[in-house]
Amino acid sequence: MGHPILNLVAQRVALGCLLLLMASVLIFIGTQILPGDIAQSILGQSATPEAVANLRKDLGLNDPAYVRYFTWLSGVLQGDLGVALSNGKPIAQAVGQRLSNTLFLAGWAALISVPLAVLLGLLAVQYKNRWPDKLISGVTLTTISLPEFFLGYLLIYFISVQLRWFPSVAIINDSMSLGQKLNTIALPVAVLVLVVLAQMMRMTRAAILNVMQSAYIETAELKGITPFNVIRKHAFPNAIAPIINVIMLNLAYLVVGVVIVEVVFAYPGMGQYLVDHVSKRDVPVVQACALIFASVYISLNIVADIVSIVANPRLRHPK
Amino acid sequence: MSQELNYLAKLAVEGKLGRRAFLGKAAALGASTAVATSLLSGTALAAGPKKGGHLKAGLAGGESTNSLDPATFLTQVPADFGRMWGDTLVEVSRIGEIEYRLAESIEPSADAKTWHFTIRKGVKFHNGKTLTADDVLKTMERHSGDDTKSGALGIMRGIESMKADGDVFSVTLTTANADLPYLMSDYHLIIQPNGGMDAPDAGIGTGPYKVTVNEPGVRHVGERYEDYWDAGNRGHADTVEIVVLNDATARTAALQGGQVHMINRVEPKIADLLERVPGVSVKSVSGRGHYVFLMHCNTAPFDNNDLRLALKYAIDREEMVDKILRGYGSVGNDMPINGGYPLFSEDIPQRTYDPEKASYHYKKSGHSGPITLQTAATAFSGAVDAAQLFQQSAAKCGITLDVKREPDDGYWTEVWNKQPFSASYWGGSRPVQDQMYSTAYKSDADWNDTRFFRPDFDKLLLAARAELDQAKRVGLYREMGLMVHNEGGVIVPMFNDFINAVSDTVGGWEDDPSGESMNGFALAKTWLA
Repeated sequence: MGHPILNLVAQRVALGCLLLLMASVLIFIGTQILPGDIAQSILGQSATPEAVANLRKDLGLNDPAYVRYFTWLSGVLQGDLGVALSNGKPIAQAVGQRLSNTLFLAGWAALISVPLAVLLGLLAVQYKNRWPDKLISGVTLTTISLPEFFLGYLLIYFISVQLRWFPSVAIINDSMSLGQKLNTIALPVAVLVLVVLAQMMRMTRAAILNVMQSAYIETAELKGITPFNVIRKHAFPNAIAPIINVIMLNLAYLVVGVVIVEVVFAYPGMGQYLVDHVSKRDVPVVQACALIFASVYISLNIVADIVSIVANPRLRHPK
Repeated sequence: MSQELNYLAKLAVEGKLGRRAFLGKAAALGASTAVATSLLSGTALAAGPKKGGHLKAGLAGGESTNSLDPATFLTQVPADFGRMWGDTLVEVSRIGEIEYRLAESIEPSADAKTWHFTIRKGVKFHNGKTLTADDVLKTMERHSGDDTKSGALGIMRGIESMKADGDVFSVTLTTANADLPYLMSDYHLIIQPNGGMDAPDAGIGTGPYKVTVNEPGVRHVGERYEDYWDAGNRGHADTVEIVVLNDATARTAALQGGQVHMINRVEPKIADLLERVPGVSVKSVSGRGHYVFLMHCNTAPFDNNDLRLALKYAIDREEMVDKILRGYGSVGNDMPINGGYPLFSEDIPQRTYDPEKASYHYKKSGHSGPITLQTAATAFSGAVDAAQLFQQSAAKCGITLDVKREPDDGYWTEVWNKQPFSASYWGGSRPVQDQMYSTAYKSDADWNDTRFFRPDFDKLLLAARAELDQAKRVGLYREMGLMVHNEGGVIVPMFNDFINAVSDTVGGWEDDPSGESMNGFALAKTWLA
């Protein structure tokens, strides 16, 4: 037996893999029970019975479902996501581009929103129940209460159309410099930041206030440490686990849940790509996207678990 | 005064006077802004095309599943981009005449069964190869082969044989067709080197722009092709770009924010508001596109012509044009043809909302109980509202309609052309009556979405197709139109306008009734003034 933390971490990772496997089964079943025959929907109105039969054979649709599932799974495990039915191109290539775009957008939104949320949370605790606290809560709760498409339209109207500071069409491409890219995605990043800020800020505030009730905080205050240092040195490290959990949930949202923001700003990310292929019944692409989303979600949650385990001193220093 | 105005307009077009300054001075001279603006664009057109710049359009109708293979074109963006990089044999001009493109001349046989297309000389593909009649032959073969999935297959069916001989490409038809040249203008029939047999989605054509970026569902970019054969008339901008903006608000914002120079599918309800935005003008053109409610003539209760007539009298077309199209359109007359088609007869009486006749025919049909009408937001813009208006006007005639809203996803595969009473639209891309009727009203048509099975109608259609005497053809088409109008299963409440919005920096815009965005040629034909 190794260190208890290593055991726990290994357990979490194993559990995550199992979850992912179960998710893959669900995804496969889900795409199988979509209405309509796949071969029929590819060929469309001009389908002759012979053509449908040929295509079914080519796609291996005549095999039993579990055989198809294992063929698909073994392909995925070897990095082969298959070929898109709608245009016959390998999925991995197209998804790779879209995924990196999504991660680029989510990454910048996270880079801004996470430190900002934590900082605002700390400020809110510092000025608890005074006007800065109320202002921070009021503003962030307002922005989270507005639907994200509406926030997007507001920013487009004022910042893009009236002031012309940033473009409303957030289409990035490889020939742009980093500065140009950041300028292009400024508005969608702003919307995402406004949407995720409140939850993380409120959780930081609540978790720290909870810890602040403890006896050792009182001791620290009696020692004469400045209030901000009390929070930074004594309260924050002990409140980190719930905060990390909320941050990870929000990061997962930034990757898998931003299809509406993508549509409003015409951003070429995964969400729009997935929706296009669902409406074309392009099952391999839908499966690949769903699997990627599931892995992102599960791995971010594993990270959250591990961080809370590591952050717990009782687990770090076992007797 | 007008001379001075003209002089000022010329200065403004040449860039020596700012737009705002011009409008200010024009106002001082007593001209309204509308007059001054139209004068400005008129002068810009007269000043002739300007070369250079990066011309951008924000268009709805693109998906990440799109391909550059013309056979697969279905939505607006790939079709419009095809107009950039490719050419067809002929095009239909703004006034409905045949315009020769890659075909230099066309010669029919006396019986209109064999057609000879002389191919233009000295035209080069983007890969440097010279266009030959053989490329044309291969292209047509690719779109008409047994295993083709081409969207143009329907119009290629009547072909018996094709051959290429020197500069001449010849087509022999199974039955005579006086409209064959019109069919060759179809946007799928872009001539590709060796017919695109080797690489159908290579994007190599003879068009004014070479494909440089192709990101389906995101953006498409073309760079001017220096060896273009018709460089005087097309390919004015250095580069053109289509960005796919399927969200209506995103499109409007992009135009207002100056990120694109033109957008398509402006919603009627915001067209008036957009007209008031400085620097932007709304271009609406009435076309052949129409919105329909489809009844299956072979399915109860719609197999009873009295019931069909009752429903036709129970719809208020004027109200629909007012409320659904906000005036950007015209009333329909229960046939798919309007004045936008050649050989149309203006004297067919207009059917109007008539509760008395509606309830008379309803009683005569003997039907009772509610009738289910299926609709969806995707059926046409405002289809759900239109169905509800229909429900209310029908209720006043004693007819109960159950409006059933279906999900957009799957509407075109599960409801349209399957269910007996549904909402739908026709895009109006078919330039001649024969093609419209052959696509949707002939007994054996794939898309006979009203189940209109009438051998006498089919006979008239074939007779009109082969008839070279225009006066006789008008008569035949009139008879067919009346048949659909009185006995068909289609209710046509309205013909919708195509509405684009264009920045005032764009010169050379000319409305084209064949389709939105100057029938897809906007980026190829306009320039940055």
